[in-house]
Amino acid sequence: MDLYQELILDHYKNPVGHGLREPFEGESHQVNPTCGDEVTLRVHVSGEGEDAVVEDVSYDSMGCSISVASASILAEEVTGGSVAHARETYEAMRRMLTSKGQDPGDEDEIGDGVALAGVAKYPARVKCALLSWAAFTDALYQAQGAKQ
Amino acid sequence: MSAAPFTDEELARLRADFPILSRTVRGGHPLVYLDSGATSHKPTVVLDAERDFYTRTNAAVHRGAHQLSEEGTDAYEAARTSIAGFIGARAEEVVFTRNATEALNLVAYAFTNGTHGGGGGRGERFSLRPGDEVLVTEMEHHANLIPWQEACRRTGATLRWVPLTPDGRLDLGDLDALLTERTKVFAFTHVSNVLGTLNPVRELAARAHSVGALAVLDACQSVPHLPVDVGDLGVDLLAYSGHKMFGPLGVGVLWGRPEVLEEMPVFLTGGSMIETVTMEGATYAPVPQKFEAGVPVAAQAVGLAAACDYLRDLGMDRVHAHEQALTERLLRGLAQRPWVSVLGPTDLRERGGAVAFAVDGVHAHDVGQVLDDRGVEVRVGHHCAWPLHRALRVPASTRASFAAYTTPGEVDALLEALDRVPAVFGTGVPA
Repeated sequence: MDLYQELILDHYKNPVGHGLREPFEGESHQVNPTCGDEVTLRVHVSGEGEDAVVEDVSYDSMGCSISVASASILAEEVTGGSVAHARETYEAMRRMLTSKGQDPGDEDEIGDGVALAGVAKYPARVKCALLSWAAFTDALYQAQGAKQ
Repeated sequence: MSAAPFTDEELARLRADFPILSRTVRGGHPLVYLDSGATSHKPTVVLDAERDFYTRTNAAVHRGAHQLSEEGTDAYEAARTSIAGFIGARAEEVVFTRNATEALNLVAYAFTNGTHGGGGGRGERFSLRPGDEVLVTEMEHHANLIPWQEACRRTGATLRWVPLTPDGRLDLGDLDALLTERTKVFAFTHVSNVLGTLNPVRELAARAHSVGALAVLDACQSVPHLPVDVGDLGVDLLAYSGHKMFGPLGVGVLWGRPEVLEEMPVFLTGGSMIETVTMEGATYAPVPQKFEAGVPVAAQAVGLAAACDYLRDLGMDRVHAHEQALTERLLRGLAQRPWVSVLGPTDLRERGGAVAFAVDGVHAHDVGQVLDDRGVEVRVGHHCAWPLHRALRVPASTRASFAAYTTPGEVDALLEALDRVPAVFGTGVPA
């Protein structure tokens, strides 16, 4: 099955940055109502605005391999980069995942995220892959709102 | 002599009545449809009956005096008689709704309306006030839970529930404490849509009546799969859907004891359900019309009646025997796979044909995806029973469910496809 690439299973079995940590400025809890998957995700940022640095992404997720792997890839891709870079990465992930298989993804933009390209062909699973990203953008909004 | 499962020849004939069963999925795999608990497929006779209604007699029934309206009304009412007969009831005890969810909401809203003196009901039976209680169970489908949560919220009544045992049966040990003079209604399911658990309906209904509570039964997973006679069950109200029993989408049934329906306030109001109307107010039609506001679901009812005829011809005792044999085959297969845990009772006498299970270390979504890759279509997730899954401490499960057309070969196909799961996820070698 091309959906379950080795890279996805690696992230699933050894998720990057798993666990909830302090400090954090934003936290979000998201649920996938069709299956009950849940993720709680925290972000720790330093600095202001789009130049702020994503110092840490920590999360606790209960879900399928796709949702866990996606959270792991998120943590790997955005940690240490700017908020602007994180937003671009999210946009590129979202574009690929909602393309119904038309957009294979760009490894330069989303790194291991390209391994999730196969998900786009299964509409019921797109939400699994986007769950942690929804939590991330929400947590980021809270973190940056709290700073202003 | 007890009824026998369908033979291979009978199954082949029966399956030819369901056009969809011959299609392929996911790159040419034959369809192995094991999700009939969610919705069943429809035989040609049902599709023809619905189409025939539209091509020959289409009319807004119970309105107008022209010939088509007369014929449409006759067809609709004949369908009611047939559908009622299928569960041992009389026509005037059967109310058509859009689905079972609406049927259960109808009852929950009847309580709310009755509380406020609306809906044209009679007596105090249909009212909820602070101090009153509604009893449900932890295994309910959301359709028999959330309407009661909302009814309690609106009226100030208290919602209580019968908990589950670890093996997925109702824990009736504290029923005396839960079911008291304060209880106005006890709503529970006949057969769990997740676990397959068969509940002791007669006993529970009698216990409800002993404290003066109404007994409301969700029969969505029983009427399509085993012989059901409302006279035997002892409940006051019973809801089920048409589309799970070879009928069309868009029609559900609420059955009620005549005196209960008489007293029950209405839910939806508008056309068709009235007796007289002035600018100040209205009086309502007799049962069952007072519960059927708007243009009725006539074509769907006609289709459902054809489905009942089809099931009658098969024989519900044989449908039940067939599904029990499939359940036994699946349970035996799953028991040989130590990396699979079945949720719910494993004793056939205590269960129907919905089998939910969890695979060690693999989420249900991933299990379903691997099965789907081979054309095996099962349900994954919480199956509209989230509290049940919380109680059993599993986030989600994989569920196979059957119908008369399901073959032993399809059960084997599921087991074969399932054996790929540990390999794909590296969680161990299948037995």
